[in-house]
Amino acid sequence: MIARLIADARHVAVGAASPIPATACELLRAQGKPIRVTRLHKRAGNPFTEGSRELFDLAGQGRIDYFFLGGAQIDGAANINLVRAEGRRFPGSFGSAFMYFTCRTILFRDEHSPRVLVPKVEFVSAPGWSPPEIARRGGPVALLTGKALFAWDRERRRFRLESVHPPHTEDAVRGATGFEYDVTEPKVTPAPTADELSLLRNTVAARIAPDYTDFARRVWG
Amino acid sequence: MAARPEDLAGQIPDGALVALPPDYSLPSMATVHALIRRNARGLKLLGVPVLGLSADLLIGAGCVAEVHSSAVSLGEAGLAPRFSEAAERGAIKVVDYTCPAVHTALQATEKGVPFMPLRGVLGSDLVAGHADWQVAQNPFSSANDPILFVAAIVPDIALFHARWADEAGNVWVGRRRELATLAHAARNTYVTVEEMRDGDMLEDELLAPGVISSVYITGTAVAPRGASPLGVADMYAIDDAHLAMYAKRARSLEGFQQYLDEFVWQGRKSSLPA
Repeated sequence: MIARLIADARHVAVGAASPIPATACELLRAQGKPIRVTRLHKRAGNPFTEGSRELFDLAGQGRIDYFFLGGAQIDGAANINLVRAEGRRFPGSFGSAFMYFTCRTILFRDEHSPRVLVPKVEFVSAPGWSPPEIARRGGPVALLTGKALFAWDRERRRFRLESVHPPHTEDAVRGATGFEYDVTEPKVTPAPTADELSLLRNTVAARIAPDYTDFARRVWG
Repeated sequence: MAARPEDLAGQIPDGALVALPPDYSLPSMATVHALIRRNARGLKLLGVPVLGLSADLLIGAGCVAEVHSSAVSLGEAGLAPRFSEAAERGAIKVVDYTCPAVHTALQATEKGVPFMPLRGVLGSDLVAGHADWQVAQNPFSSANDPILFVAAIVPDIALFHARWADEAGNVWVGRRRELATLAHAARNTYVTVEEMRDGDMLEDELLAPGVISSVYITGTAVAPRGASPLGVADMYAIDDAHLAMYAKRARSLEGFQQYLDEFVWQGRKSSLPA
C-alpha cells in the first residue's frame, strides 16, 4: 500500500522506527523504480558525511520528497503528538516539527484505536496545517493504519476514508476512530499481487534484515 | 600514566550541562558508567539531537536533574523505561526539542553568533516550552514571514567516544560530524577512545576529514570497547540482545538496580588496568 502511495517519489527518507515504510521503498527499488532511499539509521554505509544534521539540511532545501511520521496520538486535523498522552510519557518529537513542514508526509501507525486516533491531540509535536503566511512546503498526504487508508483533503482540512483493509469493515473502522472524517465510497484495500509478494519475501527481505533485525525476524522468520 | 574514564568523570562537575550523542553516534558508555560510580548529581543532559541508553542509565541512577532532548528512546528495544518513569513522576525536568533545533543552536555557538533562524516548527507546542526561542519577522522580507530564532546553546561538557586519539591530541570520529559541531560548541570536550595512534592524523589526507582538532579537546582516555553495548563502526556492532535485556529489566526499579550491580559496579573491575 505504501509503495503505491509514494510511487512517484524520487527521494524518500526513512527513520529508525519505520521498518514497514523502509520495506515499501525497497519494494519500489526491486520493481526497478529509480528511487533514492535514504535510511537514516542504517548501521553500515550511512548516507551522510555531515552527521545527522545533514538530513535536516537536505529536507530544508526540498531535496527529500516523502517522509513518514507516526504518533502516540494523531487527530482529525492531522496534528501529531509524540510527547505525552493520558499521563504517559513518550520518547519525544524527534525531527517531526521540521520534517512535517518540508516533506510530503505519510502518517503511519499500525494501531488503529480510539486512544491513538483522537479528536484532539494532548500535545502538538507538529501541526497538520499552517496559516498561509508560514513557509511550508510539506504536510500530510495520507494516514495509513492497520485497518484503513485515509487521504488528506487539504481544502477541507479533514481526512477522507479511502479504503478498508480486509477483513476489517467500514463500521469497525468507524468504531475504532476517535475523530470525524469524510466518507464517499471507500474501497477494499487491494491485496499485494503475487509478484509483489514474491519480491517482498526474497529481494526485499534480504535488504531490510541487516538494519531492522527484530522486524525482519518477526515478519520473515 | 594514561587517563582512565574515571579521570574524565572526575572532571565533569555536578550540575553541569552535559551534551551526549545518540546510541548510534559514539556514546562514551565507559565514562557514563564512571559518572554513575562517582555518584554524579544534578546533571543537565543535552541530547544531540536525541538520547538513548546512556541517558536512561544516568537518569535511573539519580544523576540527572534535567533532560533537554528531541527524544529519549532505546530504538528497536522500545521506550527508555527509567526516563519515562522519571518524567511521569515529575522527578526530572524535561525540555522538549526537535532535532534540527539542537543542531542549529550548536551551530550558532560554533559560529559565535547569538542565534540562528530555523524554518518549520511554528504551530508546534514545543515553541511555548522555550524561553530561548523567539518567533520573529524575517528581516529580509517585505511580506509577513514569521520564522523561528533559536538561541545558541553552550554545553559545559561534550562527552563522547571515538576510534582513535593521536600523539598530537586530535581524535578521529569518521563521518559522525555532529560530534565535531558539538566539540566546537562546548566549553570542555572529553573523549574516550578505542586506541592511541602514533603521529598526527591531521597530516594524513585520508584521515583528516574525520578528525576533530586538539584545539577543541580537553581530555582523552583510552577505553577499549568504551561504547559497548553500543557500537563503533567497523569494530563492533550494537548488541541488540543486551539492549532488549536492559529494556526488560529496567521496567522495574529492582531490575534496574540488578543491571547496575552486574554491568556498572562489577564492570569497574574489568575496566581497571591489570
